[in-house]
Amino acid sequence: MRWFWIDRFLEFEPGKRAVSVKNISLAEEHLHDHWDGCPIMPASLMIEGMAQTGGLLVGQANNFEHDVVLAKITKAEFNGLAIPGDQLTYEAVIENIAPEAASIRGVVRKNGEEFGHIDIMFSHANNSISGVELPERFVFTGSLHRMVEPFLEAKDA
Amino acid sequence: MAMSEQDVLEKVTETLVEALGVDDDEVTPEATLTGDLGAESIDFLDIVFRLEKTFDIKIPRGELFPDNILNNPEFVQNGKLTDAGLTQLKERMPHADFSEFEQDPDINKMAELFKVQTIVNYVMTKVNG
Repeated sequence: MRWFWIDRFLEFEPGKRAVSVKNISLAEEHLHDHWDGCPIMPASLMIEGMAQTGGLLVGQANNFEHDVVLAKITKAEFNGLAIPGDQLTYEAVIENIAPEAASIRGVVRKNGEEFGHIDIMFSHANNSISGVELPERFVFTGSLHRMVEPFLEAKDA
Repeated sequence: MAMSEQDVLEKVTETLVEALGVDDDEVTPEATLTGDLGAESIDFLDIVFRLEKTFDIKIPRGELFPDNILNNPEFVQNGKLTDAGLTQLKERMPHADFSEFEQDPDINKMAELFKVQTIVNYVMTKVNG
């Protein structure tokens, strides 16, 4: 399994907001353990989906000069369950951005209807973790980076 | 229009309830952010972000919660702030009450300077000039 919890971006406004989509499929292994006979998308993975959406938005705002890591889940509320066949969209809006960290507000929609709210704070890894040897890049590797490239190329054109 | 201390306390309380997930009756003026309200390092930045928005003020980094004190050997020796360190901290935190801390400026007790009232004092200087 690859650690992608969004399928692609639908909208990407650099430095402001982004919307991604996640189609939940019964082919996903984890749904057979969560739970056997009653597959439900785990809330933790919807939070990860929002973190990937918001994290790329924040990372791009700094030209990917810093890796960003999830530092705090300020809010995570869901109205009901998401199951195979549902389509989720994650809308992340940058609320604050500073040299050391950033925060986003997120809205989750299920099949077009508002379904949850997830607010997240991100930390810039190289600024915030002292005394820990970090690889030069461990978040914005090629595959994640490529998800936003079409939007940035369109803007540059 | 000038804000009263009570108005500021109410809004600071709302901010801390949202940022730290605590109940509003836990947020008393004497409550310490880390000891009583369970704040961690990232929460301090979250609080700064929220205060800026709530009160429509700018909070330069290091002004409300000073940094670059503990990593300066001139200011810290044997786990305590030196006289120079204490003087520096007092200059940078005129909004904090040092009466207890200066009796024993152990750096492990520095977090006790960060009380709800410390934030209220700071915000009062910002909103009322």
